[in-house]
Amino acid sequence: MEFLIATTIGVLTAAGIYMVMRLRTFPVIIGTSLLTYAVNLFLFASGRLVINEPPILRDDVTSYTDPLPQALVLTAIVISFGMTAVVVMIALASYLNADDDHVDEAQDLSRDRRAGTDPEEDPDTQRGDEKESRA
Amino acid sequence: MMHWIIAPVLLPAMMAAIIVLAARFHETLQRIFSVASLVAVLAISIGLYMQASDGTVTLYQLGDWQAPFGIVLVADRLATTMVLLTAVLALPVLVYAIGSGWDRRGQHFHALFQFQIMGIMGAFLTGDAFNLFVFFEVLLIASYGLMVHSGGATRTRAGVQYMLYNLLGSTLFLFALGTLYAQAGTLNMADLAQRVAQADPGNSAGLRVAAVLLLLVFAIKAALLPLHFWLPSSYAEAPAPVAALFAIMTKVGAYGIIRFYTMIFPPSSPLMAGAHEEWLLPLALLTLMIGMIGVLGAREIGRLVAFSVIGSMGMLLASVAHFTPAGIASALYYALHSTLTTAALFLIVDVIRERRGRVAGEVEETLPMAGGALVAGLFFVACIAMAGLPPLSGFIGKLLILEASTGSPMMGWVWAVVLGSSLIAVVGFSRAGSTIFWKPHQVAVEKCGSVDDPEDEQGAREVHDPTGGNQPMPMLAIGTLVALLIALTVFAGPVMRQLDATAAQLFAPQPYISTVLDTPGKEIEKHGDDHGESGDGGHGEDGDLPADEAHEPGAEAQTDDALGGH
Repeated sequence: MEFLIATTIGVLTAAGIYMVMRLRTFPVIIGTSLLTYAVNLFLFASGRLVINEPPILRDDVTSYTDPLPQALVLTAIVISFGMTAVVVMIALASYLNADDDHVDEAQDLSRDRRAGTDPEEDPDTQRGDEKESRA
Repeated sequence: MMHWIIAPVLLPAMMAAIIVLAARFHETLQRIFSVASLVAVLAISIGLYMQASDGTVTLYQLGDWQAPFGIVLVADRLATTMVLLTAVLALPVLVYAIGSGWDRRGQHFHALFQFQIMGIMGAFLTGDAFNLFVFFEVLLIASYGLMVHSGGATRTRAGVQYMLYNLLGSTLFLFALGTLYAQAGTLNMADLAQRVAQADPGNSAGLRVAAVLLLLVFAIKAALLPLHFWLPSSYAEAPAPVAALFAIMTKVGAYGIIRFYTMIFPPSSPLMAGAHEEWLLPLALLTLMIGMIGVLGAREIGRLVAFSVIGSMGMLLASVAHFTPAGIASALYYALHSTLTTAALFLIVDVIRERRGRVAGEVEETLPMAGGALVAGLFFVACIAMAGLPPLSGFIGKLLILEASTGSPMMGWVWAVVLGSSLIAVVGFSRAGSTIFWKPHQVAVEKCGSVDDPEDEQGAREVHDPTGGNQPMPMLAIGTLVALLIALTVFAGPVMRQLDATAAQLFAPQPYISTVLDTPGKEIEKHGDDHGESGDGGHGEDGDLPADEAHEPGAEAQTDDALGGH
């Protein structure tokens, strides 16, 4: 079982890192989700792997599983779920604003925008600016 | 006094809820609640600081559970100093946000601001590593909202980058905590310190991995060189008051490094051999260099300040990396100084952007702005502080850092880089300042032709921007920050005495550890089954807590011990 869990975490992490390296927001968000799945499993395994044991020590029980990682994983799941929801929303806003879902190039865009505030200079960027103000 | 420790965390949290739920459509009420909350937090922070300033470590057990089973808040000198700094920074920044109308340019500014304060305060006060992660997430999720406050394509784009980077950072943090828990069997910082100290140095690969992973996590927060890429865009594009508040966020990373690597992985520990001298110090020096080169190369003034933040973090970490009491004390002084300076600079940059209209913050010549003299003066003072020229606190901080490096094998490098980067910073700041404030006069003269004497020029300026003039509240906020910088310079002696004591306390963590671990928690009711529980690991030995009263936590401790022995 150790081998299975270790491979799962490894594969999830590798796939997550690969996806995070992509240029568009959607694969990157998928990548971060995969990484959070990997880390949740990892946290779970940090209390050592035990099967079919109670999480709390009672008098007549000699073997048990560590309850703390389970609590940690629950917290981590809630947090990563919330974070993913927020990042999806803001990525969506960014895509609708700029009509572009690349995760890089913020600086170039800022120069366009500043140039675009002068309507006489560049009609193309003005269009983008209108979109921005509408959103 | 005991319950006051949690007030800096609880009060903003409750205020945020009130602001969202009760005062949602009342702008004035929101502002009143927000300012009142921060004033109260400031007062409480001063109280906590006074309490800790004689060296007492105060413990607060959440729900009265004894550490390491329950979560604890600990107010020692370092934590209260940082809490006080946060409170002192947040109030002028909030006043600026209200005065300049930034809080009205989007929804829920005040609620998010309060949550942000809650997260930062919690991160400084907590005594539990996993709780630190939770507070990191609280401050991050609030900062995501603040970062994209008032929207705009560029800002949301920068916001997405910032969020994704920090999401990866959080994942790394969890990996680090998982590794740490698997190795040490606890996540309470004081307990960790004890267990790591007892760890077998021959069999410590896991602990080393955890230590380095944690260092990476804090390095991301502190924008150490290869991990600094998130900072320039997000700080430059964030709304100005938010960027000013973010000045404390990089210090949260520095705080994490100082806290973890003095207490849990002390420099004397064989686990950390070489990590600080061979990795942290050179990277910090590179960060300092790159930051200041960025100042020289920046074409937009917000980005210029953002790069100076990177530079100042490099300076700070270069001093931390010695891990000597003198190094930590001077790093803390520099942290106080650079937080206030950065905040002041971001606010001034916002004034400049507003006044200049179309060119906003671009470093290029244009017509003079209204009320330019005062803004130029403030910018000048803040730049002197940031570049570390006499007479302001930046100079004292730099002097202390140079002094602290005496005796280090890297001393020559530290001196060369610190002094060289200061020169670059001076050139960078003077270039930006003169282009923005002096060149416009030349432009005005060329354009208006007949303008000869300054009074006519004054008149011409008024025509170009009739809406100008200095509003009182933003200027008050910036003035307060600059005044604090001057106070930090004047009272450098007393401040340094306090910070020396803080550093000394960090290098003698035994009182902290025993306060956290030996304070008894609440008595736990037994559920009928009478039994002779043999022992509860290494924790109930202080005698205050009879062994079988800590029934379930005792079980957990046994689990931990059993695991630790694997």
